[in-house]
Amino acid sequence: MDVRRDFPILASNDMAFLDSAASSQKPEAVIAAMDTMLRSGYANVHRGAYRLSAEATDAYEAARAKVATFIGAASPREVIFTRGTTTALNMLAAKWGGDRLDPGDNIVLSVMEHHANLVPWQFLKGLELRFANLTDDYALDMNSLRNQVDERTRIISITGMSNVLGTITPIDQIRAVADTVGATVIVDGAQLVPHLPVDVQTLGADFLAFSAHKMLGPTGIGVLWGRMELLDEMEPFEGGGEMIDEVGLFESTWAPVPHKFEAGTPPIVEAIGLGAAVDYLTDLGMDAVRKHDTELTVYALEQLATVPHVTVYGPTDLNIRGGTISFTLGDIHPHDLSTILDENGVAVRAGHHCARPLMDHLGIPATARASFSVYSSSDEVDRLVAGLELAAKLFGIAN
Amino acid sequence: MGLDSLYKEVILDHYRNPRNRAELADVNRHADGNNPLCGDKISLDLTINGDIVAAISVQGHGCSISQASASLMSEAIKGKDLQEIARLRQLFSTMMTSDEAIVDPDRPGAVLGELEALAGVKAFPVRIKCASLPWATLDVALAGDAEPATTD
Repeated sequence: MDVRRDFPILASNDMAFLDSAASSQKPEAVIAAMDTMLRSGYANVHRGAYRLSAEATDAYEAARAKVATFIGAASPREVIFTRGTTTALNMLAAKWGGDRLDPGDNIVLSVMEHHANLVPWQFLKGLELRFANLTDDYALDMNSLRNQVDERTRIISITGMSNVLGTITPIDQIRAVADTVGATVIVDGAQLVPHLPVDVQTLGADFLAFSAHKMLGPTGIGVLWGRMELLDEMEPFEGGGEMIDEVGLFESTWAPVPHKFEAGTPPIVEAIGLGAAVDYLTDLGMDAVRKHDTELTVYALEQLATVPHVTVYGPTDLNIRGGTISFTLGDIHPHDLSTILDENGVAVRAGHHCARPLMDHLGIPATARASFSVYSSSDEVDRLVAGLELAAKLFGIAN
Repeated sequence: MGLDSLYKEVILDHYRNPRNRAELADVNRHADGNNPLCGDKISLDLTINGDIVAAISVQGHGCSISQASASLMSEAIKGKDLQEIARLRQLFSTMMTSDEAIVDPDRPGAVLGELEALAGVKAFPVRIKCASLPWATLDVALAGDAEPATTD
């Protein structure tokens, strides 16, 4: 995939940027779309009766429609703009979880969840949290999941792709388990949606949450997709402007979906940026994106295997593995690795990756993580490997 | 300053063979320190007799800089009185954060002994908090505060 020239920051920086799972870089098309909106198209949306506001509203709603098409939503109305994946999952925990569940009900998660799909559920009192385990090859253990689910299971909320291990989960199989007890399936798609073709008609989820900034778009906006009948049933999360229908001093009624979930002035320019990112990814083709990630992952795993004392944490089965590789090198702490790599122009993430329970499960305090996006290249992998060899030498574990 | 000045042999030695890890029988000061962002953890147990730190025990895990700094600190303060420890602490802070050159390149170790091995950290701003965590934890232990220390 030859797209590096589309990303201005990569042209102006001689850096191997291998931290796209934390946040991706932005193509010129996204930057330009936001710039144009700010320079010539900007006004608040769904408020003014003047032409500029009407045009801004059209642009904002067109972005919603692009996202809907991108994920195969039945209607743009099923696409709710949020602040990001975290806000979307907090909305679901509070409003699809909290208010609607009874004491003694349980919610099933997995041990590899990002804190964003863990801590919001911990807020709920009187409900039991249960956790599905991993197999020895770092896949979601479906037997373990089945064992956790019973007739009191109301929600199964699982990552679509682990931000640490790269593990892709079988949402269709999770759906089948959920259906045996009538539970709702929520998918944390923060890593899934940027990297794999997603069609919500066949995915098996009832709700899907993801963020623009990990899929070449801007920060400050994300998406909650849900099936319309569920969104209709769910109560609003925040009150304020735009989300209302009739407002009195003591009570109000809500606007229809999606606006009842979009209180206050939304991230307008960011929505335009997300729309441009979706156009860009659609032009590349998500099948091609997936192929690129897989080829680079295969190359990276081969190269990492040549470095003595490297341990990789993640599935060996490439069918269930995305382009995110967690690893350690001998007894070198990942923060030390990160510093050494940084000095050699290689940016990786080091730490617990907002998944402390998973680190405990793996029995390690932290990992280093290299993660790819559409612009990532085998040259960058080579620079990573050269940096690791240098680190091994510095720490005296070269052989 | 490059990586060689950060990962000196002394640092790697104290990382791999940390000193003063044995548990103490009589502990009268304790503190926990952690950097939530990066996961470094340090726990200190002290036995203070009068104004002397008679014994110290260090526990914890994290990067080589945080763990070596804790080990070096434990060696530097063991058997010292509180006034001398305060002086070392001040010098260490200056070495980490100030442009003032307190280390004499012609007489290595003359000012801060083995602690001078950490002088290279200053060139890596994001790592200063790793080196400072043990000392921030020591502050809490000596003050008898209940709140854990952090340098994040």
